[in-house]
Amino acid sequence: MAKIKSLNDLRNMQSDLQAKINLRERADHPESMVQIKVGMATSGIASGAKEVFNYLSEELQKRNIDAIVTQTGDMGYCFAEPTIEVTLPGQEPIVFGYVNIAKAKEIIDKYIMNGELVEGIIPKNYKTID
Amino acid sequence: MASYKYHILVCGGTGCHSSQSNVIAERLNEIIADKHLENDVKVVASGCFGFCEKGPIVKIMPDNTFYVGVKPEDADIIIAEHIIKGRKVEKLLYVDPDTKKHISDSKHMGFYQKQMRIALRNCGFIDPENIEESIARGAYEGLGKVLSDMTPAECINVVKQSGLRGRGGAGFPTGLKWELCAKNSADQKYVVCNADEGDPGAFMDRSIMEGDPHSIVEAMAICGYSIGATKGLVYIRAEYPLAIKRLQIAISQAREYGLLGKDILGSGFDFDIELRYGAGAFVCGEETALIHSMEGKRGEPTFKPPFPAVSGYLAKPTNVNNVETFANVPIIITKGAEWFASIGSEKSKGTKVFALAGQINNVGLIEVPMGTTLRDIIFEIGGGIKNGREFKAVQTGGPSGGCLTKKHLDTPIDYDSLVAAGSMMGSGGMVVMDETSCMVAIAKFYLEFTCEESCGKCSPCRIGNKRMYEILDKITKGKGKMEDLEELRNLASVIKDTALCGLGQTSPNPVLSTLDNFWDEYVEHVVDHKCRAGVCKSLMRYEIDPIKCIGCGACSRVCPQDAISGEKKMAHSIDTAKCIKCGACYEKCKFGAISIK
Repeated sequence: MAKIKSLNDLRNMQSDLQAKINLRERADHPESMVQIKVGMATSGIASGAKEVFNYLSEELQKRNIDAIVTQTGDMGYCFAEPTIEVTLPGQEPIVFGYVNIAKAKEIIDKYIMNGELVEGIIPKNYKTID
Repeated sequence: MASYKYHILVCGGTGCHSSQSNVIAERLNEIIADKHLENDVKVVASGCFGFCEKGPIVKIMPDNTFYVGVKPEDADIIIAEHIIKGRKVEKLLYVDPDTKKHISDSKHMGFYQKQMRIALRNCGFIDPENIEESIARGAYEGLGKVLSDMTPAECINVVKQSGLRGRGGAGFPTGLKWELCAKNSADQKYVVCNADEGDPGAFMDRSIMEGDPHSIVEAMAICGYSIGATKGLVYIRAEYPLAIKRLQIAISQAREYGLLGKDILGSGFDFDIELRYGAGAFVCGEETALIHSMEGKRGEPTFKPPFPAVSGYLAKPTNVNNVETFANVPIIITKGAEWFASIGSEKSKGTKVFALAGQINNVGLIEVPMGTTLRDIIFEIGGGIKNGREFKAVQTGGPSGGCLTKKHLDTPIDYDSLVAAGSMMGSGGMVVMDETSCMVAIAKFYLEFTCEESCGKCSPCRIGNKRMYEILDKITKGKGKMEDLEELRNLASVIKDTALCGLGQTSPNPVLSTLDNFWDEYVEHVVDHKCRAGVCKSLMRYEIDPIKCIGCGACSRVCPQDAISGEKKMAHSIDTAKCIKCGACYEKCKFGAISIK
């Protein structure tokens, strides 16, 4: 390990290392960032939710978007798997159905980055308690 | 770098470690390897989360799920359900004692809601054995800032302005202490970290060293720069093996990264730290005794002045601060004096860590802003008294402190209000007592501790405390007289005025505060020969109610002294001369026929 030579070096190192614990930092204040839940019950996984989950968490990381991607159980929309629920900061959650990787990219490009709605929204028919 | 989807934090503090948290982490890693999840899930052994009552604790990020009372065999279900299927494991969630609902996010638990974690900011968040996680959280930024942008005097000024006071007990202003040491010129000065945490039931400092050792390393270097010292020493008790190990790792990592050693961050400032081990004598927490112990001499205090700032370790100017005090320093430097001074009460700034123990539901480590009331600490954070019993007293400040009662519940806690109430802050131990505690016996317990730990150098402490102990012993055996209570007060005030060091001067506090707050209980012991809590065995006797007794003989069979006799199916009786008051019969009787008088 090369020694840290200056405060600047230390700061650079700090910002490089931040990625290591970002996942934890973000969990401390989830309401201020994009939260995505991917429905990953048997039916979800069978129709490709695992790949979508991996894609979303990696892609958002790549684009430096502060987001929390978690998996959850069956949301009840087995006809439209994979389903994901996206909550933008300060907004109501929106559920999207039939999300494959192409759709997931579209959701990131349009809804998450620009707030534009995309096709495939499923009216939410449940409430959750924390 | 693998992009992890989950971090699983497993508490690696001493408490959870002894309930096999290390086995939980190993088991988790095994299953993760088995299911090929290495690139998705990372297991981190973190520092203490504070909620020791419910340990071992496992926290899953990013969804912030807080699992309590986890056993090694639960590792399977956590991976199978939570990680693979995304379902929370209900049986491991915390249940709110009032609403009986499961709470998965620690932010919503009563235990955490009123807390503010500054000294414990990284405990339970980072892996304390990995310097990179500390750096990512901003460790050593304070040191960097001080070395490149500030003069030593400016740095001392920031600490002074922040209002930080010593967290070891007496509450001396930290900035002023640094300034006094900085003024004295010498070819070598020393920074000492007092990690000799000796109060019974206190584990604040241990948890900080175990959970965030880099904050101590960084603060000692900042202090060294400010006072002009190039050597730091941590005086730590050998009973803290895990804290020692984590500090050693932190120090060697800091050296490797150039954050300790020669020419730190290219500033030309040199600083290094060594550990010194103590044998666990209480008096060695007193700074002069601590210094003597480090020099290889007997751990005895000497008269101040000269203060260590003038003549300390090896007769050189030395600055001694406690672990928790140091833990606050780096964040004061990075966030500023004003930020720190905005927290807390008028004369006590910032937060204080307390170790909650005794008859309280949520035993653990908490940190609250100065000025929080005892009621909030005991009933909101601590979850109230165990088994729904009545609150009686809380002992703060360890053997040097005192007992506070119901009437003090709404006192805002800070250095000055605790002294005014007849106790002291001490290092932060809080032992909560309910009606089953006898206050005379409690005073006796603390005096016994002081007698044992007295170094014997000065007579008031060596002889005076012993005499006080004997009087208390007499009272608990029902042989006390009213004059004895007067004598206790006399002795106490003489010891307070004449003992050499802080240990002796404060040792009568538990007696004085119980005399003040629980006078009736002392009088009951002396005049009525009665101990209302049923603790003082000499003052109680077991009696069998001849009406309730059905003569089953269960009590006589468990009696180790053959003190109970009686015909079958006839009322039994206890021979009080033979009875040793073990209570076995009382526990055994199914008919409630045996009572304590």
